[in-house]
Amino acid sequence: MEKTFAVKNLSLVDNQTLEINIGPQHPSTHGVFRMNVVLDGETIVSLKPVMGYLHRNHEQIAENMSYTSSMPYTDRLDYFNSMSNNFGYALTVEKLANIDVPEKAEYIRVIMAELTRLVNHVAVIGFLLNDLGAFFTPVLYAFREREKILDIFEDISGARMMCNYFRFGGVKRDLPAGVLDTIKDVVKKFPSFLEEFEALLTKNEILCMRCQNVGVLKPELAISAGITGPMLRASGVNYDIRKIDNYSIYKRFDFKIPLGQKGDVFDRYYVRILEMRESLKILEQALKDFPTSGDIISKKMTPYLKNFRNFKPPVGEAYARVECPKGELGFYVVSDGTPQPWRYHVRAPSLINLTILEDLCIGHKVADAIIILGSVDIVLGEVDH
Amino acid sequence: MKIEEFKTLLELKLPGIAFKQVRDSLLVENPSDLPKVAFFLKNSDLEIDYLSSVTGSDYLDYLESVYHLYSTTKKTGLITLRVRVKRDAPNVPSLVPIYRSAEFQEREAYDMYGIIYEGHPDLRRLFMWEGFEGFPMRKDYIQEDSEWLEPEDLEWLEKHQVPVTEEMKERAKTPRIIKKDAGE
Repeated sequence: MEKTFAVKNLSLVDNQTLEINIGPQHPSTHGVFRMNVVLDGETIVSLKPVMGYLHRNHEQIAENMSYTSSMPYTDRLDYFNSMSNNFGYALTVEKLANIDVPEKAEYIRVIMAELTRLVNHVAVIGFLLNDLGAFFTPVLYAFREREKILDIFEDISGARMMCNYFRFGGVKRDLPAGVLDTIKDVVKKFPSFLEEFEALLTKNEILCMRCQNVGVLKPELAISAGITGPMLRASGVNYDIRKIDNYSIYKRFDFKIPLGQKGDVFDRYYVRILEMRESLKILEQALKDFPTSGDIISKKMTPYLKNFRNFKPPVGEAYARVECPKGELGFYVVSDGTPQPWRYHVRAPSLINLTILEDLCIGHKVADAIIILGSVDIVLGEVDH
Repeated sequence: MKIEEFKTLLELKLPGIAFKQVRDSLLVENPSDLPKVAFFLKNSDLEIDYLSSVTGSDYLDYLESVYHLYSTTKKTGLITLRVRVKRDAPNVPSLVPIYRSAEFQEREAYDMYGIIYEGHPDLRRLFMWEGFEGFPMRKDYIQEDSEWLEPEDLEWLEKHQVPVTEEMKERAKTPRIIKKDAGE
């Protein structure tokens, strides 16, 4: 009797779904990103990411200008870590044209890349907390620290965010006097900030309740979907390009690769905290061994500094990648022997990390989708090319 | 592994599939063999389980689809595969069933180069809007308004001492050609 009653009742309920758009002008989509969501009640049934609102055909722009001229455009891909983008592009062209990098420049590059990682990770954790509803207090704490590092970038390159500091075969200019001491100071004080940050957040009950067991990403799916960076490592896959490719001089430094266990939002948050600590270790070692003298740009490249249209890499192609804070940033450049690349392609980690967004969100509530997106860590300049 | 060794290994394990060495990469001569090659790479003891990048490129005579692969378990790589297709019939089998990471990247290559990935679950444009005509990254693509000048442009050019020719003045007089699908 009870059973038939239940079935009757169910048949009366019209199983209606509701389709809504989150974005592109929504503050928690981190830019002009749109999620086309189908809801059953408040539960997500389907989610389609829509991108392209910031599309400017970065690849075409780069193919229409000389190799060096597209260096400042790589800054605009992921505007949080312009130094890492420069690094990836410089490495690719160096591989293409077979250019060596002097010792001192390598040290400067590693220091810049790791400082960028700190900048990115504090900012993304701040924004994640923003998405959780802890409005603006954590992000302002994070931005206070980020500002100190941006000041260093300004001293070195002249720009806070659009650094345009790397050149093929080295860096643009030498470190100004006194900057090393500033960096040492920042590196010394950063752990105490991290402890303060963690004391407020890591064991916070609300953060744990909202983040644990939400958006679980299985390692097999993560590998198959090409997920990279902290997101992949939060799922427990030990894959860090700094260790595997040993590009630049990362081989010399002693650091560990933090791994997550479950692959949920909390793991992604905590892996980033641990990665910052490892970055600080690398920075300490690099600052200790920093060479006092030496070239900052390869001798092979000095003639091209004034007239870079003369720089013509030999016919060929190269694919190189770096561990940028968001994942694997790869550049694919094909040269036909002219001053302009025939083909220039960016493998953008933010874009490819979004592949599994639907799989992570299905079955969760709308509010969880927001924090899952926050934990993926996207920047729309890079997603939309 | 060197590319020559890798080629002989593949030829031994996959008889009937023709490979050709192009620089440091392997060209799969017949595009329809590509899924077989990818399936072998992923499931044999090479364990190439990570497709890092998929992209198209245009070489005027033909279009190319390039694949960069690594192994996360064995920490090996880079292996580059490529296929070449005709411009007027750019059909390449999709790798999405084998590597999920191809999903957005194949859509991007379709969007920019018009390479049709057969078997892709949802092959739509990724960045350009629905109804956009043409494939902007192809070398023969002409931008809609690249030749168009406004009278204000001429003023600006003259102000900055750029020589303005008669032909440019003619162009500024003619009204802008509006394409059929733009606006109305």
